[in-house]
Amino acid sequence: MKEALLVLADGTTFEGEAIGADAPDGISAGEVVFNTVLTGYQEVITDPSYAGQIVTFTYPHIGNYGVTDLDCESRRPFCRGVIVRDLARRRSNWRSDADLEAFMQAHGLAGIAGVDTRRLTRHIRDAGAMAGAFGIADERALKAAATAEPGTSGVDLVATVTTDQPYTVGDGPLRVVAYDFGIKRTILRHLGTLATVEVVPASTPAAEVLARDPQGVFLSNGPGDPEQVPYAVDAINGLLGEVPIFGICLGHQLLSLAIGAQTEKLAFGHHGGNHPVRRLSTGAVEITSQNHNFAVVADTLAGKAEMTHVNLNDGVCEGFRVLDAPAFSVQHHPEAGPGPHDASYLFGMFVELMHAS
Amino acid sequence: MPRRDDIESILLIGSGPIVIGQACEFDYSGTQACRVLRQEGYRVILANSNPATIMTDPEFADATYVEPLDVDILTQIIEREHPDAVLPTLGGQTALNLAMALHARGVIGVPGTPEMIGANAEAIATAEDREQFKIAMQEIGLSVPASGIAHNMDEAREVIQRIGLPVVIRPAFILGGKGTGIASTRDELERAAQYGLDASPISEILLERSIAGWKEFELEVMRDRADNCVVVCSIENLDPMGVHTGDSITVAPAQTLSDVEYQLMRDAAFACIRRVGVETGGSNVQFALNPANGDMVIIEMNPRVSRSSALASKATGFPIAKIAARLAVGYTLDEIPNDITKKTPASFEPVIDYVVTKVPRWAFEKFPGTKGVLGTSMQSVGEAMAIGRTFPESLQKALRSLEHGRRGLNCDPAEALFDEMTDEELVTCAAIATPDRPFQLEAALRRGITIERLYEATRVDPWFLDQISQIIDERAHLAAVGIAALSRADWRRAKRLGFADAQLAWLWGVDEDQVRATRSAHGVVATFKTVDTCAAEFEAATPYHYSTYEDDDEVVASSKPKVIILGSGPNRIGQGIEFDYCCVHAAFALHEAGFETIMVNCNPETVSTDYDTSDRLYFEPITYEDVLNVIEVERRSGDLRGVVVSLGGQTPLKLAGLLSPELVLGTSAASIDLAEDRDRWNDLCARLEIPQPAGGTASTAEQALAIVERIGYPALVRPSYVLGGRAMEIVYDDDSLRAAMSELAGFGTLGREGGLSAERPVLVDRFLEDATEVDVDAIRDRTGDVLIGAVMEHVEEAGVHSGDSACAIPPYSLSAETIAVIEGHTRAIADALEVIGLVNVQYAVKGNQVFVIEANPRASRTVPFVAKATGVPLVKAAARVMVGATLLELRDEGLLPEPVTGHVAVKEAVLPFNRFPDADSVLGPEMRSTGEVMGIDRTFGLAFAKSQMAAGDRLPTGGMVFLSVADRDKETAIGAAHKFTDLGFTIAATAGTAEFLEGHGVPVATVVAKLGEATGVDAVDLIASGKVNLVINSPRGRGARADGAHIRAAAEQHSIPCLTTAAAGVAAAEGMADWARHELRVRTLQEYHRGATDQLELPL
Repeated sequence: MKEALLVLADGTTFEGEAIGADAPDGISAGEVVFNTVLTGYQEVITDPSYAGQIVTFTYPHIGNYGVTDLDCESRRPFCRGVIVRDLARRRSNWRSDADLEAFMQAHGLAGIAGVDTRRLTRHIRDAGAMAGAFGIADERALKAAATAEPGTSGVDLVATVTTDQPYTVGDGPLRVVAYDFGIKRTILRHLGTLATVEVVPASTPAAEVLARDPQGVFLSNGPGDPEQVPYAVDAINGLLGEVPIFGICLGHQLLSLAIGAQTEKLAFGHHGGNHPVRRLSTGAVEITSQNHNFAVVADTLAGKAEMTHVNLNDGVCEGFRVLDAPAFSVQHHPEAGPGPHDASYLFGMFVELMHAS
Repeated sequence: MPRRDDIESILLIGSGPIVIGQACEFDYSGTQACRVLRQEGYRVILANSNPATIMTDPEFADATYVEPLDVDILTQIIEREHPDAVLPTLGGQTALNLAMALHARGVIGVPGTPEMIGANAEAIATAEDREQFKIAMQEIGLSVPASGIAHNMDEAREVIQRIGLPVVIRPAFILGGKGTGIASTRDELERAAQYGLDASPISEILLERSIAGWKEFELEVMRDRADNCVVVCSIENLDPMGVHTGDSITVAPAQTLSDVEYQLMRDAAFACIRRVGVETGGSNVQFALNPANGDMVIIEMNPRVSRSSALASKATGFPIAKIAARLAVGYTLDEIPNDITKKTPASFEPVIDYVVTKVPRWAFEKFPGTKGVLGTSMQSVGEAMAIGRTFPESLQKALRSLEHGRRGLNCDPAEALFDEMTDEELVTCAAIATPDRPFQLEAALRRGITIERLYEATRVDPWFLDQISQIIDERAHLAAVGIAALSRADWRRAKRLGFADAQLAWLWGVDEDQVRATRSAHGVVATFKTVDTCAAEFEAATPYHYSTYEDDDEVVASSKPKVIILGSGPNRIGQGIEFDYCCVHAAFALHEAGFETIMVNCNPETVSTDYDTSDRLYFEPITYEDVLNVIEVERRSGDLRGVVVSLGGQTPLKLAGLLSPELVLGTSAASIDLAEDRDRWNDLCARLEIPQPAGGTASTAEQALAIVERIGYPALVRPSYVLGGRAMEIVYDDDSLRAAMSELAGFGTLGREGGLSAERPVLVDRFLEDATEVDVDAIRDRTGDVLIGAVMEHVEEAGVHSGDSACAIPPYSLSAETIAVIEGHTRAIADALEVIGLVNVQYAVKGNQVFVIEANPRASRTVPFVAKATGVPLVKAAARVMVGATLLELRDEGLLPEPVTGHVAVKEAVLPFNRFPDADSVLGPEMRSTGEVMGIDRTFGLAFAKSQMAAGDRLPTGGMVFLSVADRDKETAIGAAHKFTDLGFTIAATAGTAEFLEGHGVPVATVVAKLGEATGVDAVDLIASGKVNLVINSPRGRGARADGAHIRAAAEQHSIPCLTTAAAGVAAAEGMADWARHELRVRTLQEYHRGATDQLELPL
């Protein structure tokens, strides 16, 4: 057991023990966020949307049911580190084929355990998401690393996670092109049952996509600030009206920018599996999986799109439909992975939209 | 969809007396519902026979019927009140079954009658009828275990041909798993199936292929009328399938499910609640999972608020019952704010950042003859819940909360119990689910028995076993390093694993205070976190805390004067809902008087652990260490005036002497001690010239024998500082006296309740036979003014524990002079003890002489009954008195109305013998009842008849009474028998009783043979034949287990009312006589308290 420290950019420190891989110089740095899911740590850790971030799990016992390849949301973890209260010493579940710690070591992911994660969460809640650094290095080195960490604003994190080559998945009857801004495998599994999906790099221009003659285009989730991905916004502009579009999370934010709306950064974002979202057309409430720090400014949609979903906790825009083109998007994650399945009907709506066009 | 305006009045059916399987959780849910519905402006009509509940306080409903929960009675209430709707989903299985019976009768749920809200009859039938449920689940694609239905033994055998053994047998329409069993062989099947058929009110059982050993999970689900569904909480049972969930150690949230599996379970739970058709409210859905391949089957669903939903509410801060009540009257989840965050809606799924463990508490020691093995029928009488940041911490906290003499997961004197077992024996024992299992698991792992081997034997998931191993590893480290060399990190790790200072003190052989001091010197002190439904994502407005060992503390400072109220911990026999009632009343009264009230308790079922009850709630064990932690943090954050220790039963009272004297509110610790210290108490009585039965105190068998030499037999032997007559016994000779003393000495070594030690000697008193027992509850204030709450006369004679005896207000046979003497003694004793607050004094009246048995300067079990019977809010007054008010001031405030008269209230005990078929149902000095009911009416007879009906024994209106009584009871029996004859009953009796009765002019129609005699019908045959309508059987002498026990067991088995004292027989005769002349009529408590019953006069 190696003692370790977590130091936030504002100087707040937390004691713990090093877990997972050894970080270079004993330091891992990134933007510290928290996630409140009770299950689904592996999906969270391997979700490319966490690129640049250190994930704090608010649930104290992490690793209980081990890991399995089946639950990986991408080829490897893209987050910068993991903060837990207690890492399971022994896993127990028939599905698992390795321990979480072994998985972290295999993927070079460092973590810190034993942390008062509730104190940390309350701190982030009150002070906002902030950079931090953890590891076995001394406090001063960690503080310096935390201060030097740029965070997720103003950097193009999509470029670090997207695929370099197009590839095809699924064997559904429709033809869909999916932009990979950091796409999760669960999304591909959903799309793959509906369509033959050609996954393309984030930088793929509209013309190239249209040349593939898709029946629909999917805009994936992904990390960071939508304003840092202008090439994607341009491409979406070229697709709007040409082909039905469905976006999730970052894809939703990028679609909003393409129609001239604006996005903003939330204080500490939505990261969890329990947010209530109202579907405005029916009034029904769905419990959703969420993972974003940026959000669409609802007022800026006026005249361009109709809001279709709203977060009941804080009123954040959770979904909209473009007025003059067959395009819609949601901020939350209907694919779940991890999280509830309440919003999975949205994939069906995408199919309907493709059939209608 | 807002509140429904088409209904104005709602009848809420309560759950009646506390029984195994239905405890305080339904007072909690019912109280929440009453509050909410009244806030919403509905007229609330409440029916519940249990006087010890908060919900039956007259201010919680517009019309409160403390009447038997019986279809006829409820029909009368409905005819009288004409409610627009009936809400049956908050009163447990009792309310659900009653609602179905009322529906079947066409009284509710059909056009032109009150609507059933929450769940309609069809939904209830779909969920409750095993066969319908299985078909419904298969329809929606969910797996269920292979099974078949049987209505008789032939059908049962046919089902087994088809599905094979082993099977679980579940009777339809039962609660708490009564009558359920497992059969692995043909012989077991014959026995278990018959038992199940007998237990089902419709004689129907489900035989289900056993999935014992699978993992068991529960989801608490809510649905609103817009079809929004949420999961409030997931629960994983530590014990695998095969142990009733009420008897399992359960953990929230689920620990070993991946998200993929959890979400499938969630989808299945929603599909289930939708298919069953629960339109609004909460349901509990149970699943089993094959640990080898993840196969999931649905076990059952409860279309109502349940014990698990109370647990889920306390575990998450999401008030299920309150929200269920709002949903029932039309609201949707998104229209209801989350109470705790205030800012977010209730249409979300709580997440928690801690682990909750619930551990049941059993009372097998009170039921000799039972095996103490856990199974599919619930046997626990209470439970404790603990919150920790990790499972080891919450498990150890929960175990020390149980107050079963354990300080945590072993590491205490009682662990010696396993020392002499071989590895093989230990593993074999652990394989059988018993209350000792968690301790056996720890002991086994500590010896190095592998997790794999234990898992094979017990099917307790390896994750849990590994967590226990972490406690063991730390213990080894702590033992090796020793207290002096421990680093801050070591201390922190130990406390984070839930080690109590008391465990460490034992481990190192030092004083607990030394452990605390050394630890604190290292800066390792308890920190308090908040239960907030959202894992700190949002700011929480409700102060609901638990202790753990982390970096910082979330308790906010306040300026009001504060009072801590210590609760009563898990329900047990002798200490249950009555004390929770007292603590809750104190919280209400002191809050109204301007204090900030702070509740400390660990019982998840109760109203006291509702975060709405007090200004601040600490969900903590009631131990010295944990209470000191709360005191320290409250002292740091404001003006702490004191601690109330005298309202939660013995649990907090035992701590009185350990706290700083200036903190103990009301009667001082010294006075409490004086009442318990036999010698000083004797001196006090002598000084006051109040007679006592002769007696003395003994620490050894020799001393006890010497006392008996002086006072003679029979003698009553009882330990000090216990409640509910734990280990109390009447002995008639030297051998039984020696046996009793040696049993108590055994408890002492293991640190068990009632254990004998030099500091806590045993009391040995002359037992007064055939004396009338009397209880008095009174309040004395600081000026010496005394208020007599009530004098209660017991129906059963002294020798039957007061908690098991029926008792009446006002006394029905005592003379005015005797009552005056009793009141005088009570005042004198209260004065001499310098009581400030409540005091309970027990007397035995023999002839005209009044003997004092004992005095307890604390709230007693009878206080709620007295308040309901007289309309005087005793506890509220006592709480005020404890913080300095005088009775005079309270009278001026209008808080102390004059007690109402003009009616009789009878409290009857409810006994759990149907759960323990192997135990004798005879009453004795050891209390064994789990709950109580109240019958209230114009005469003693009617009130007694109602109390029997409420307790589940409807007195017959005609037929045959079977009498078999001990010699000393025969005189008394004559009177009863004459009355029965006059009422037209025929009499059957055993030879001896028959001869005596006939000798006194009572005709005996049937004389039965002794059991086992070759010729003639014996008592058991007669009872089994169904010809007997009432059994009166008192034990002969020293609890002989021969004929009497068989007679009583037969009555129990065939659900025939059985009275075990002749005195109760007389009372029953009187009740039946009154009942024959008058119909039973219902009245509200409000009417009784207004004295308005005179206008409703029945001619007598």
